[in-house]
Amino acid sequence: MNDVSNPGGTATSKSSGAEAPGEGAIAALEMPPPSAGAVSAFQTADRPRWEDYSRCVHCGLCLNVCPTFRLLGEEMDSPRGRIYQIAQADAGRIGLDELRMHLERCLDCRACETACPSGVQYGRILEAARAELAARPAGSALRRRLRHYLFARVLPSRGRIRFYAALLAAAQRSGLEAFGRRSGLLRALGLEPAARLAPAVSRPVFHSEIGRTFPARGDRRARVVLLAGCIQNVFCAPLNRAALGVLQANGCEVSLPAGQTCCGALHVHAGERETARRLARQNLAAFNPGDYDAIVTAAAGCGSALKEYGDLLAGDERARAFAAKVRDITEFLAALGMRAEGLRPLPVSVTFQDACHLAHGQRIRSAPRELLRAVPGLKLVEMRRADQCCGSAGIYNLEQPEIAVRLLEEKMELVAETGAAWLVTANPGCQLQLQAGVRAAGRSQPVLHVVELLARAYGLNE
Amino acid sequence: MGKAEQARRRLSAALGADAVVCDRIGRMLYEYDGGVDRALPDLVAFPSSEADVVEIVRIAAECGLPLIPRGAGTGLSGGAVAREGGIVVSFNRMRKIQALDYGNARAVVEPGVVNLELSQAAAPAGYLFVPDPSSQQACTIGGNVAENSGGPHTLAYGVTVNHITGLRAVLADGRVVTTGGLALDVPGYDLTGTLVGSEGTLAMVTAIAAKLTRLPEAVRTLLAVYSRIESAAETVSAVTAAGITPAAMEMLDGFTLRAVEAYIHAGYPLDSAAVLLIELEGLAEEVMQQAEEVRRVCLACGAAEVRLARDAEDRARLWKGRKHAFGAVGRISPNFYVMDGVIPRTRIAAILRQGDAIGRHYRLRVGNIFHAGDGNLHPLVFYDGRQADEFQRALAASREIIRLCVEAGGSISGEHGVGMEKDELMPWMFSEADLDFMRRLRAVWNPAGRLNPGKLLPAFRHCRETRLSTPAAAPLEAPARNPAGGPP
Repeated sequence: MNDVSNPGGTATSKSSGAEAPGEGAIAALEMPPPSAGAVSAFQTADRPRWEDYSRCVHCGLCLNVCPTFRLLGEEMDSPRGRIYQIAQADAGRIGLDELRMHLERCLDCRACETACPSGVQYGRILEAARAELAARPAGSALRRRLRHYLFARVLPSRGRIRFYAALLAAAQRSGLEAFGRRSGLLRALGLEPAARLAPAVSRPVFHSEIGRTFPARGDRRARVVLLAGCIQNVFCAPLNRAALGVLQANGCEVSLPAGQTCCGALHVHAGERETARRLARQNLAAFNPGDYDAIVTAAAGCGSALKEYGDLLAGDERARAFAAKVRDITEFLAALGMRAEGLRPLPVSVTFQDACHLAHGQRIRSAPRELLRAVPGLKLVEMRRADQCCGSAGIYNLEQPEIAVRLLEEKMELVAETGAAWLVTANPGCQLQLQAGVRAAGRSQPVLHVVELLARAYGLNE
Repeated sequence: MGKAEQARRRLSAALGADAVVCDRIGRMLYEYDGGVDRALPDLVAFPSSEADVVEIVRIAAECGLPLIPRGAGTGLSGGAVAREGGIVVSFNRMRKIQALDYGNARAVVEPGVVNLELSQAAAPAGYLFVPDPSSQQACTIGGNVAENSGGPHTLAYGVTVNHITGLRAVLADGRVVTTGGLALDVPGYDLTGTLVGSEGTLAMVTAIAAKLTRLPEAVRTLLAVYSRIESAAETVSAVTAAGITPAAMEMLDGFTLRAVEAYIHAGYPLDSAAVLLIELEGLAEEVMQQAEEVRRVCLACGAAEVRLARDAEDRARLWKGRKHAFGAVGRISPNFYVMDGVIPRTRIAAILRQGDAIGRHYRLRVGNIFHAGDGNLHPLVFYDGRQADEFQRALAASREIIRLCVEAGGSISGEHGVGMEKDELMPWMFSEADLDFMRRLRAVWNPAGRLNPGKLLPAFRHCRETRLSTPAAAPLEAPARNPAGGPP
C-alpha cells in the first residue's frame, strides 16, 4: 500500500490486461490512422474514413444530447464513445463483433451533430460502420433472411407493400392480432413490439395517386415532384393526401412520377448501402429534376437521405443535382410563403416534436414552427427537449424495443408537461411512434403531421 | 483471482451487474477524457446513490484498488483518467436535482447533474448557476467541484468555489461527512473550500449545495475590433482601470478569429489582429451607461470599431463564435493542443508575441482564444498527429509557453486543473515546503493514496529535476492559483 511519501505518479498505466501495442504508454496521438501493420476490422469500400472520424476531438460536448447516453449513462453508448470504438476498430484494436452492440443501439438521430463544435459528420461515420456490420451480419439465419427480405424485396416494391398491408389489415379486422396479443403468440414469435406499434392500415392506401399530376389551385406558383415514400403510403395515406392538398392549395402543380420508389433512408441507416444505391438510381431515373422547381417530401427521414444522394452515389453529377432540389415540405412551404387566404382559425393549443432528421439531419427548426404560427387562433406551446428523439428512429423501435419504449415514455411526460391539446411532428415514423405512446399512456390526444394540421386549417377533405 | 476480478464480483453483488463494467470495450471507453492522456482502468462502476458510493469505496479499499471519480469526462488534464489503473467511478447515474430553494437561493444536486441543466431548471424562477465553462452543455457539477471550474463569467462572479456552500462526501475509509451547509458561513475549518478543486484526491463528493444567482436584469455585449494586438491588450487593463468589471472579457487573436469566422459566421471582421468580446450585466440603466463608457475606452485604446449587439440573437451569435471556437479551429488542423495558463493582464501583449515566437521556433502555428479579463490564456498549438514528431513538438512548445506564464508571475493552470497533465510542473510554482504541506493534507484525507493517485501533486522524484527559478517559499502576494476545469 502506498503511503503519503510515495503517492505514485508514474507516467504510464500499470493497469492489468493491457492488450494492444503501445497500450502502456500514454497515447500521444488523438486517433491514429491505421498503421501499416495493423489489420483494420473494416473491409468494404464503404468503410468509415479516417478523414471523417479523426475530426472528433473527443471533447464530450455531445454526451448530454445523446438519448442513449442520457438513458444508460455509459460512454460506450455515447457519440464520442461510438466514434472512438470505430477508430479503434479501424486501427485493429477491436474486432467487428465487439463493435456491433453499441453501434446497433445508436438511434442515428444525429443530435450529436447539432451539438458538435467540430462539425463531425457522425451520421456518415455511423452509417459507414453499419455497412461493415451489414456486410457480415450476425444473429440467427432466420432473422438475417427476414431482414434481407424486408430491405431488398418489400420496401422497394409497392406491390409487396400492398400485399402485406392487406394481410395486416385483414388480421386487424378479424381480431387475429388481438388474439395473438392476448395469447402471447406474438411475444413468442418476437413480434410483440411490431404489433404494439403497428398502426391501422390506411383505407384506401395512397397508391392510385402515384403516376398522376395534380393541378395547382389558383395561380400556379411552382411545379413540384412529391415523393410519397414506401410504407407511408399504406400507414400514413392521410398524410400524403394532406401534403398533396396543401401543396395544391398553395399554387403548386404536383407530380407523382410513377417510377418513384422508396428513398433508401432505412437502408442507409441499416448499412444496406447497395440496395440504397439501387433505389436512389431508380428515383433518379423516374423524372428529370430540371423540369421541376423542387422535389418535395413530407417525411423528414426521407428528406435527409434524399439530400444526401450526392454522398451515397459519390461522383454522380445527376445525384448531386437531384439532391440540390430536395426540400422538406415545411421548408418548401415556408420559403414559398404559405397562402393566408383560405386558412380558417384553429383555436387549439399544440406542441411540436422536432423530427430528428429535420432538426439535426437537415438543420430545419423554424420552418415548421412558422407554418404552425401562421394558423389563426393556434397556440404553439414549446416542449422541453423537443429535439430529443422519441425512440422511433426508422425501425429502431422494432429492433431495440426496450430503449425505444423508455425514450417514448420520457417523451410522453414532456408532452404532458406542455398541456397542449394536440401533438404535432414532421415525420411519419415519429408520428406512428408518438401515436403508440399516446395509446400506451391511455390518452386520446391527436398526433398530427404539420401538413395534416394545415390541411385541416385549409378545410381540405381527407 | 486477481484484485480486479475480486472487486468485480463484490461490486456486482452489492450494486447489481449492470452497475459494473469490466469487458475490454467498456474499459477502453473509459481510458480517455477530453484531453490527450490515456490509461485503461480495471473496472468502471456506476453508483446510483450515496450508499453505492460507500460500497464502492469499501470494496476498493479491501481489494487494494485505486478509485478515480469521473463526471462527463470533458476535462482536459487527465483528471478522470485511471493513471494507475483501478476503478473509475462514473457519476452519470446520479443526476437528480434534489432541491431548488429559491427563497434562499440554493440548489442541492447530485454530482452527475449537468451544469447547464441546473441553470435551465432554475431559469423560469429567474435564477442561474453561475460557473459556465465552455463544456457546460455536457460537464457535470461534480466535475466542476473537483476541478474548481471557471468560465467566461469567472471575471465578475468568481470560480466554482465561490458558488458552493456545502458538500457531502464519502471519505477514503467509507465514512460520510458533511462540510459547510446552506449558509454562507459555517463555523469550523473551511473543508468545503478544501474539497473544491482537490481533483478527486481527497474524497468522493455525493451531494452539492450550490448558490443560485439572480439572472441579470440587463445584458449588453460589445465586440471591439483591433488592428494591433497591443491595443486590445491595453483595453483590458484600461476597462478595469475605469472602474468597470465586465461580466466577461474574452479575446481572440487574428489567426484564430479568421478560423472561427470561416465556420461560425459570428460576424468577426476578417482583417483584424484581435477582437475583444465584452459583456456587461446588471441593472438596465447602469449597463447602458457602462456600455457607453466601455465603448469610449475601447476607442481611446485604438479600437478600429466597436459594435454593440442589437438583440439577444445578435448577442448569441457573437458568443457562439467564442463558445464554439475550439471546435471550429479543430477544422483547420488535424489536431491541436490546448494549454491553460494565467498571466497578469498587464502582460498580455508581450506574452502573446513571445508565445508566437515559441511556436515559430517549433515550426508550429499558435492561436489564442482566452479569458482576457482575468489573464487566463489558452494558447492552441496546432499540429498534425500523423507527422512523426509533431505531437512532441507541440507538447514542448506548450510547456515553454506555460513556463513563460510562470516567469511572468502567473500560473501553470487557470481552470483546466493539474491532473496528470501538469503534476510535474507544480514545482515551477510551489516550493518543496509548499508541496510537502499539500501532501500532508492529502494524507489526512487519503492516507493510503487510493483516491485518484498520480494526480495534482508530483511524485517526489520529479521535484528537484524540474525546479525553476521560483522562490523557496512563494511570497504571499504572488498571484494566487486560479484553478478550475472543463474546456475554457
